[in-house]
Amino acid sequence: MTERDEVWKVNRAKDGEDKPFESNLPKHGEIGQMLLPIAGFGITLRNFFKPTVTEQYPREPAKLEKRYHGRHQLNRYPDGLEKCIGCELCAWACPADAIYVEADSNEPDAQYSPGERYGRVYQINYLRCIFCGLCIEACPTRALTMTNDFELAGPTREGLIYEKDDLLAPLEDGMLAAPHPMVPGTTDNDYYRGDVLATAQSQVDWVKEHRPEDPTIETAQKAGSRG
Amino acid sequence: MTAVDENKQAVETVTLTIDGIETTVPKGTLIIRAAEEIGVDIPRFCDHPALEPAGACRQCLVDVAAPDREGNVRPFPKPQPSCTMTVMNGMVVNTQHTSESAKKAQEGVMELLLINHPLDCPICDKGGECPLQNQAMSHGRSETRFVDVKRVYEKPLALSSEVLLDRERCVLCQRCTRFSKEIAGDPFIDLQNRGAMQQIGTFNEDVLEFEGYEPLAASAEDESGRPFSSYYSGNTIQICPVGALTSAAYRFRSRPFDLTSSAGISEHDSSGSALRTDHRRGKILRRLADNDPVVNEEWLSDKDRFAFTWQNQADRLTRPLVRNEDGELVEASWPDALAAAAQGLKAAATPADEDTAAAGVGVLPGGRVTMEDAYAYGKFARAVLGTNDVDTRTRVASDEEQAFLGAKVAGTGIGVTFTDLEKAPAVLLVGFEPEDEGGVVFLRMFKSVGKQDVLTVAPFLSRGSEKLGATLIATAPGGEAEALGTLTSEQREALSVEGAVIVVGERVAGSAGALTAAVKLSEETGAGLAWIPRRAGERGAVEAGALPGLLPGGRSVADAGARAAVASAWGVESLPATEGRDAAAIVSAAIDGEIGALLVGGVTASDVPGLAEAVEAAPFVVSIEVRMSDVAANADVVLPVAPPSEKSGTFVNWEGRLRSFATAIRTQAVSDHRMLAMIARELGVELGTAVLEGATAELAALGADDSQRPAARAVAAGEQLTAEGDALVLATWHLLVDDGALQDGEPYLAGTGRTAVARVSAATAESLGVSSGSLVTVGEGDEPIELPVVVTDMVDGVVWIPTKSPGSWVVDSLGASAGDVVRVRGVAR
Ligand code: SF4
Ligand code: SF4
Ligand code: SF4
Ligand code: FES
Repeated sequence: MTERDEVWKVNRAKDGEDKPFESNLPKHGEIGQMLLPIAGFGITLRNFFKPTVTEQYPREPAKLEKRYHGRHQLNRYPDGLEKCIGCELCAWACPADAIYVEADSNEPDAQYSPGERYGRVYQINYLRCIFCGLCIEACPTRALTMTNDFELAGPTREGLIYEKDDLLAPLEDGMLAAPHPMVPGTTDNDYYRGDVLATAQSQVDWVKEHRPEDPTIETAQKAGSRG
Repeated sequence: MTAVDENKQAVETVTLTIDGIETTVPKGTLIIRAAEEIGVDIPRFCDHPALEPAGACRQCLVDVAAPDREGNVRPFPKPQPSCTMTVMNGMVVNTQHTSESAKKAQEGVMELLLINHPLDCPICDKGGECPLQNQAMSHGRSETRFVDVKRVYEKPLALSSEVLLDRERCVLCQRCTRFSKEIAGDPFIDLQNRGAMQQIGTFNEDVLEFEGYEPLAASAEDESGRPFSSYYSGNTIQICPVGALTSAAYRFRSRPFDLTSSAGISEHDSSGSALRTDHRRGKILRRLADNDPVVNEEWLSDKDRFAFTWQNQADRLTRPLVRNEDGELVEASWPDALAAAAQGLKAAATPADEDTAAAGVGVLPGGRVTMEDAYAYGKFARAVLGTNDVDTRTRVASDEEQAFLGAKVAGTGIGVTFTDLEKAPAVLLVGFEPEDEGGVVFLRMFKSVGKQDVLTVAPFLSRGSEKLGATLIATAPGGEAEALGTLTSEQREALSVEGAVIVVGERVAGSAGALTAAVKLSEETGAGLAWIPRRAGERGAVEAGALPGLLPGGRSVADAGARAAVASAWGVESLPATEGRDAAAIVSAAIDGEIGALLVGGVTASDVPGLAEAVEAAPFVVSIEVRMSDVAANADVVLPVAPPSEKSGTFVNWEGRLRSFATAIRTQAVSDHRMLAMIARELGVELGTAVLEGATAELAALGADDSQRPAARAVAAGEQLTAEGDALVLATWHLLVDDGALQDGEPYLAGTGRTAVARVSAATAESLGVSSGSLVTVGEGDEPIELPVVVTDMVDGVVWIPTKSPGSWVVDSLGASAGDVVRVRGVAR
């Protein structure tokens, strides 16, 4: 007799045991038992008087919590310089390998971020991203944060690889589009500490000289004259 | 008992205990090495096995107890650096793994190191492969207690155009300064200042007297305000245990986790240095030295390390080009281009009009081919085109040299090795500059500086020879044979000591009788003879028979038996018997309209005098090139091939060692040997070199046959030209970092090259009426070379200028070579 036959015998013996099925559901008395078939209507009735939770998305904007993990954003300092230094720590942290970064050196006539280094190429592949937010935790400059934008659908694969231009935060009033020099007399550390609060006039002048057509000059000028 | 065991017994050993494990090591071993052997790791920064112990960083502190005079094992009162202390019988070592006080000491050192260390990791190139990062995590405190302001320096400080220093990241381990001093012999950087302000900086060049060796690009001002100039500076970047030394070319380019690393062999010189190519998405980002104890140890020359951008310049060829009816080079399909090439070559090889002078094809593969490519060129010329007019030596060459190569070099396997050269009691250099033309050859010889007699037959002591402590046998170009014949008896005696080596460079080919004299000297003294050419493909081409008079394995074309043997191996009826023309003869034949077509590999017009003209004059030219060149631009068919990083193959280094390398980056580009097989197929011939294995298998099957070598040709010393008035004898060689085509697109490296100068002796300067710093023109014609003079201790009547440095392109401007007479005139200010 083989081992297999042994198992078979035990199973058959169990089959033979005569144990009736017992439900886990609560047991009711006689009346309760009678009302059971219509008890479900009570739930329906109760909900008649509660506010509706159905979202009318996309006719109405979706309601999201503030910390919802949506599309990424590359932030800027108040003077418009980019916060990203191209360190690739976000790419390193990403468990889905969705981020690709190539850094480069800032040059005196092409300063994109404070200090020596900036992110020249920045791509997030939203076909890979799992929105875990580990990249946000890794970012040493708070350059990378997540927005609440979740509308990331598209007809092509290429279109879902977002480039740096797609991810950069919009220029708020008073911000001057990069590249331009740092606020005079400051170092990258002043930026990291949050000590740079506004665009300086000399930065506006620099952009005026190098890119006279730049649309951000006007608002930055106003902010500059205010501060 | 075996020999190995006997050897072991000869070494005196010491038994000690490390972390409770008893171990026996040779006497004199450092504690840190003994610990490594039993797998106990001790954190360290300054310790480097190839450098002298320094004990600079104090990270390797361990608790040590050693027997005193009475034999009682007594602990040292304080932890000791394990990288400077040698082992001793009965010693008891407790590392951070078993001793609290060692652990505390290491944590303390780490804390001190980090006090002034910037929080730079996100912008630091070392991040991700940084020993400081790693060891701070494994052996440091988890929290910082430092709250004060950190010391900051201006950053980065450009030590040279290539090497950048971030002083605040430096842990003052002095690996860089020790490397410069001990390995490269260029002690241009050292510690400056003291205490908290202690920092690395460059030396004052005036103190070092390296007049005439200034780098091209000035560096930033440090404490001394002087530039750093060394051919080996890149190694300091690789061994810096932190991100204090970075390369301008790689700065901010990548992170280690982006990179794919492939092992490779340098394409720049005949040493065949092992290197590692780091690439991302098909683009090379950096190259590092690989550890190869028999060749380059763990060092590279800067050229090997940094010059890789040439292959990805905008003029890189990816599609074949064919000249159309309007005379324009236009893109063509592969079948069309191959057919056009085949047709043109066939028409030239077997002309319809039998009396035409313009018949035959000249094949110039260039000196940078792999052995397999060279073999394919040689076989293509002989078996398909029916000619012996194939020559890789697109440089100064001679028949004497070819006979020498056939008799003494080809198929001889590994002869004199790097180790032989390093251990040699005496080395005689003839027409060879170990630093400029050898790269790592210099580093190996410098290891024996002071222990080795170095003699050099040269017009003056170059900086490299000077560092080697060489004795100058002052010789004007052309006088090498005579100089070798008239060595003093002491010099001959030195060369008679067992292990002595005579090194001849490729340049001596231009000096009639020099090779004959060198062979004679080697036979008389018993000294080994090594031929060290400059370019990577030279030795492989000699082995593979891509020379007009040489078949594979050193067989002579003139030997009927050799021809028959090779013909039967190749499955052809017979091989052409007429002696082929060498590169210079092919070029002049083309100019004279005596050649039907040229098949040119990686050769540029500035390599051989007259090549540009020859390409214009030849009725049909096929150029097999990686990038658009002056030859390709004037060719009729241009076929793109792969650069070394995109193919596999074998370079044979000067020792005769096969240096095979695999493809680093896979692309569509094909190797020369495959391209030639495709053209041959168009002509109905199976060349057998379509795949690498085919070429290597055929070469291996052919082997060498000593009975079929050409006889060494004894050539009498040539007539030496002498200076007359302002007509001086030209001396010239390539500097390591210059305007070579393989260094294109690398401005940072170019900046470390040395400024071109014209060197003359004091007497010659006086007769020309010039002095150091004043300008001279060399040569006549529209565009003579104009350079500043450096008065040098050298032979009279000779002017030395670099061969292809910025502002000094000898072939282009003068069309002359070493030993010729050129006119030198002072320029009035
Ligand atoms: S987003 Fe942040 S983590 Fe990513 S590269 Fe830029 S600075 Fe570094
Ligand atoms: S040297 Fe190392 S620890 Fe220092 S900043 Fe660079 S990566 Fe960080
Ligand atoms: S620069 Fe690097 S190698 Fe040189 S002392 Fe500083 S840490 Fe050491
Ligand atoms: S490694 Fe021993 S003191 Fe630096």
